[in-house]
Amino acid sequence: MTATAREYVGLGAPVTTGVPLAQVAAFAVMTAVLVVAPFFAYPVFLMKALCFALFACAFNLLIGYVGLLSFGHAMFLGTAGYAAAHSAKVWGFRPELAILFGTAVAAVLGIVIGALAIRSKGIYFANITLALAQMVYFFCLQAAFTGGEDGIQSVPRGTLLGFLDLRDTLTLYFVVLAVFLAGFLLIYRAIHSPFGQVLKAIRENEARTISLGYRAERYKLLAFVLSATFAGLAGATKALVFQLASLTDVHWTMSGEVVLMTLLGGLGTVFGPVVGAFIVVALENYLAHLGAWVTIVQGAIFVVCVLTFRRGVVGELGKLFGKSL
Amino acid sequence: MTTQALFGQLLIGLINGAFYALLSLGLSVIFGLLNIINFTHGAQYMMGAFVAYFLLQWAGLGYWWALLIAPIVVGITGIVLERTTLKRLYQLDHLYGLLLTFGFALIIQGLFRHQYGSSGLPYSMPGQLTGGQNLGFMFLPNYRAWVIVFSLAVCLTTWYVIERTRLGSYLRAATENPALVQAFGINVPRMITLTYGFGVGLAALAGVLAAPIYQVNPLMGADLIIVVFAVVVIGGLGSIMGSIVTGFGLGVVEGFTKVFYPEASNTVIFVIMAVVLLVRPAGLFGRAS
Repeated sequence: MTATAREYVGLGAPVTTGVPLAQVAAFAVMTAVLVVAPFFAYPVFLMKALCFALFACAFNLLIGYVGLLSFGHAMFLGTAGYAAAHSAKVWGFRPELAILFGTAVAAVLGIVIGALAIRSKGIYFANITLALAQMVYFFCLQAAFTGGEDGIQSVPRGTLLGFLDLRDTLTLYFVVLAVFLAGFLLIYRAIHSPFGQVLKAIRENEARTISLGYRAERYKLLAFVLSATFAGLAGATKALVFQLASLTDVHWTMSGEVVLMTLLGGLGTVFGPVVGAFIVVALENYLAHLGAWVTIVQGAIFVVCVLTFRRGVVGELGKLFGKSL
Repeated sequence: MTTQALFGQLLIGLINGAFYALLSLGLSVIFGLLNIINFTHGAQYMMGAFVAYFLLQWAGLGYWWALLIAPIVVGITGIVLERTTLKRLYQLDHLYGLLLTFGFALIIQGLFRHQYGSSGLPYSMPGQLTGGQNLGFMFLPNYRAWVIVFSLAVCLTTWYVIERTRLGSYLRAATENPALVQAFGINVPRMITLTYGFGVGLAALAGVLAAPIYQVNPLMGADLIIVVFAVVVIGGLGSIMGSIVTGFGLGVVEGFTKVFYPEASNTVIFVIMAVVLLVRPAGLFGRAS
């Protein structure tokens, strides 16, 4: 039974093959828009959205292609942020090293958490990742180096590779854009490789994939670690952009937000997480002064998406044009 | 280390355990039949406390009335939720149920926070239960003793009804194979609805019990529910007795951790969860699926 032969009821992307020209075009448009964007929109807002877009793409790697809903992805974003901020501020790491260090810490955390969580599926997996993330949250709340409620403030941005001064907002923007595009392309490559096909096979029928000789556990763990690593890359970059690492980024509300971004944009679509992240970050910007209404609106989007809009923005667009985006 | 401190923390642990048990019991009952993790559970616990507060403020009805009315009122809102939205998702991946109930939790908590702020509203304990007993080795407040005894009674009654009565046997049968039970002429959709209402009612009951101890606060259930999720994973999803035993047990463990190693008191339950997952992935009382 193929995915197209029946109404697809799962959470991820249908199994597709072939070279999608539409995706190349969409990528070109996205890159072009992002290159000119800082001359028309507030760059700090754009950088925030880019970090979250990368975070959502990392999350989507797991939900969209392995069918695992992690409800604790904030732990990778937040931990990497702390590691990058601490190494840059206290140890005096250069920005590229701080980002790499933060990403590596998230990867290691991903191995530990993944080894624990990957044996479960579905709701159990969501539950377990959420609980483990809460454990990480309490650790960050109490550990000395995180600064508790204050977080790590005024992290130096420094000079990238010794010649790019990141204190200049526009320079910083293009560095963040480069990080985002690199992450995006690497994730795209992972999904569209034989490795990605095996992941989709595991999602569709794990027992059959194992019987074909694939060690499903290892593939799932590797996907989990990849997802954690890119979430960490987003978190480390974000810490340098805002010169701040705080508890907000490890809290479960952040884990919920990345689910929201991906769901709204389209689970298992290539561009959905990016679109979703920009919409959610923009919404938060406009609603920030309304306090509790941010939460209410986010909740309402969840409800509407789940009940009537399960393909998300990009998923619906793709269906409209008959293309896989 | 004084024995007084030890028993004091044991008491607090039992109180927390009572809430863990009531909440994880509700989650387990709902999960058993609906196959969803009810993320709204924490918000519904909070609603129980607020209904008690409203009853007192608007109708002059005190604690004992609240204990009866709040679970029914909140249970009915749960039934409406299930009938109008949740039931549309039963054909889909169960994760959508999780996402939907998460959305409702955000909406409900946001609305209450918008209206009542983040600081707590006081709710006084009933006059009959003020004061306490001096047991010689510790002082036992009457209200806390009541919470432990009453929630234990509710938990055990629920266990008895599900495991030992005809109604419970329908419920267990429907958990195993809903289609077959429906073929025997039992109205399974209605049973699902009532089960959800009952589980939500249990959460609200816990909320009323909590109101005099903790303040009535829009976010009182937000973090609690994540601990309860870990409790449910440790006990084994869907296991009734497992929820009760692990609920109380983990409350006590947490209490003792506060005495001997306070830094870990917030994380101890999650650490236990990680260990249990390594040793028994299905949970202490769960059956491997």
